[in-house]
Amino acid sequence: MPRSAKRGRAKSKPRKAEPSPKDAKAKDAKPSDAAAADAPVARAVWSGSITFGLVTVPVELYSATRRRGLPLRMLGPEGVPLSREYVCPEEEDRPLEGDEIERGYEVRDGEFVLVSDEELEAISPRRSRDIELVRFVDRAAIDPSWFVRPYFLVPDADQSKAYRLLAETMERTGRAALAHFVMRGKGYPVAIFADRGVLRAETLRYGDELRSAEDVGLPAPDDVDAKRVARMRRAIDALAADALDESELVDEGARRLRDVAERKRARGEDVVEAPAAEEEAPAAAGDSEGGEVVDLLALIRQRLQGGAAPRPKRAAGRKRGEGEDERGATRGAALQDETKQALLERAKQLDIPGRSRMTRDELIASIRRAS
Amino acid sequence: MARAMWKAQLALGDVEIPVKLYAAVQDRDVHFRLLHAKDRVPVKQRMVDPRSGEEVAPEAVRRGVEIDSGLFVVLGDDDLAAAEPEASRTIEVRRFVPRAAIDLSFYARPYFLGPDGAQACADYFALAAAIGDGERVGVAHWVMRKKRSFGALVARGPHLALVTLRSADEVVAAGQLPQPGGSEIRAAERALAEQLVAALDAPFDPAQLRDEYRERVEALIEAKAAGRKPKLPKEAAPPKPSGDLAAVLKRSLAAAKESRRAA
Repeated sequence: MPRSAKRGRAKSKPRKAEPSPKDAKAKDAKPSDAAAADAPVARAVWSGSITFGLVTVPVELYSATRRRGLPLRMLGPEGVPLSREYVCPEEEDRPLEGDEIERGYEVRDGEFVLVSDEELEAISPRRSRDIELVRFVDRAAIDPSWFVRPYFLVPDADQSKAYRLLAETMERTGRAALAHFVMRGKGYPVAIFADRGVLRAETLRYGDELRSAEDVGLPAPDDVDAKRVARMRRAIDALAADALDESELVDEGARRLRDVAERKRARGEDVVEAPAAEEEAPAAAGDSEGGEVVDLLALIRQRLQGGAAPRPKRAAGRKRGEGEDERGATRGAALQDETKQALLERAKQLDIPGRSRMTRDELIASIRRAS
Repeated sequence: MARAMWKAQLALGDVEIPVKLYAAVQDRDVHFRLLHAKDRVPVKQRMVDPRSGEEVAPEAVRRGVEIDSGLFVVLGDDDLAAAEPEASRTIEVRRFVPRAAIDLSFYARPYFLGPDGAQACADYFALAAAIGDGERVGVAHWVMRKKRSFGALVARGPHLALVTLRSADEVVAAGQLPQPGGSEIRAAERALAEQLVAALDAPFDPAQLRDEYRERVEALIEAKAAGRKPKLPKEAAPPKPSGDLAAVLKRSLAAAKESRRAA
């Protein structure tokens, strides 16, 4: 799950969103944007309308993924969660304040073009509350490789008819819709699918973000031997099943880590009370054990049936009204693909302290924060 | 030639094919460095104890989890190892299921598989040909970098690809969703909607998925690097409905009136 989403984007520099030295030290620092990507499912991350032609369908967007497990934190020798701060290598004695940090693009070795918040602000997509459907395509033509992150589109209780009509039509005709929308100042291409009367959205990668087999440099096929193909077919048939048993697709790692921690807690071993970690994702806040999921499904049911469902709390206590941001997903995700050696190289360039002792995940998190 | 991320044996029953794993996603984002404004030196980050503001040396940093709000459990290497899956170099294909059996929300991230060595080519291409554009998708399990991973094994033309799948407890699957109900949709409405959808029908063309914001950022940097005063490129106007659609809309509105009168 991508964390520190906003930082991935060009727009995000120290400003307020970045853990500026000030923020990092403040005890009451707001949760990082990581929280957004990990938000519990039963909270709308965006609301607006699907439009196509003259038709307007009011919808709310809900994440179709939920966080699981406990993120690993960096702790001090006594178990206290650490804060991150920025210093100038020339004067390491004091942390830098937010307004002492600028954003620079390295055009040549050591030569930077400075880019200000205002400049980036000026070229940001304009605000919009619409998901405008610009094309309908054969749904089978959109390869899942394009998908970044899934959402549910939940209709407004009073206006579910247009929603149902759109969903039903798309399903009957085997079409998916392509659209573009703006969430928290960032644009996302999105594909909308209809399944069993429910609309879902998948944010998409951009066209130049996927490599082809040629880009990767895979060899061209030899003459394919029919006997071998037949043998492979038999191997495939031997494994054929009609359905996917989803219980086989559960990564037990997160649960095991929690179990290990719970056992230590029960023994009173290595347990430390400390102020809640602030810079990393807020802990159990969004931890979903299934409760919210049921709520979400109940919510969709009620809305679809035109019942007056209680409106869910909208992002209570969150400063950004407009919900989630995961554009950085692409970028964070790209780091995931690097070898540890490559990550170490990057970390070295960024002067990240403690890099040689970090796990891959820690390296990725640190690189994202620093770049 | 892209560098392989990992080597493994792709196993289906008693068939084993040595493969290499390659990233299919490439990072296109514009990356900035944080600089100290005064001297434009890239800043360093360091970890500090928030109570004292004292730096904690990297070798003194420990790892742990926040098990309850404000309650931390420190985890040693042994603890972390206890939670890790057993290391392996096998990508085990356990099932082949119909494409439709995998909920869209599971798909996470694509990779290419390539044959590892000339010996592997014959089996590799034979397997890709056998999977073909068929309706069956392999469901694979493997452990990479101390993490359990799942993926859908598919063919991309003559090559094999692996799209990772999210863990089931991370996904709210649409299979749990109710059938929608509500006031009945009339045949006339259905016909109109179908017309509208048909009017906007087009092939899926990834080239149209352009990151215009990134293009504007790049133009801005380029102008500034060349010492030009950046002419901040304006955002393109949102796409307009085609002429065809307008015609359909006119017809649809007329038809809507008609059906209202009839009702």
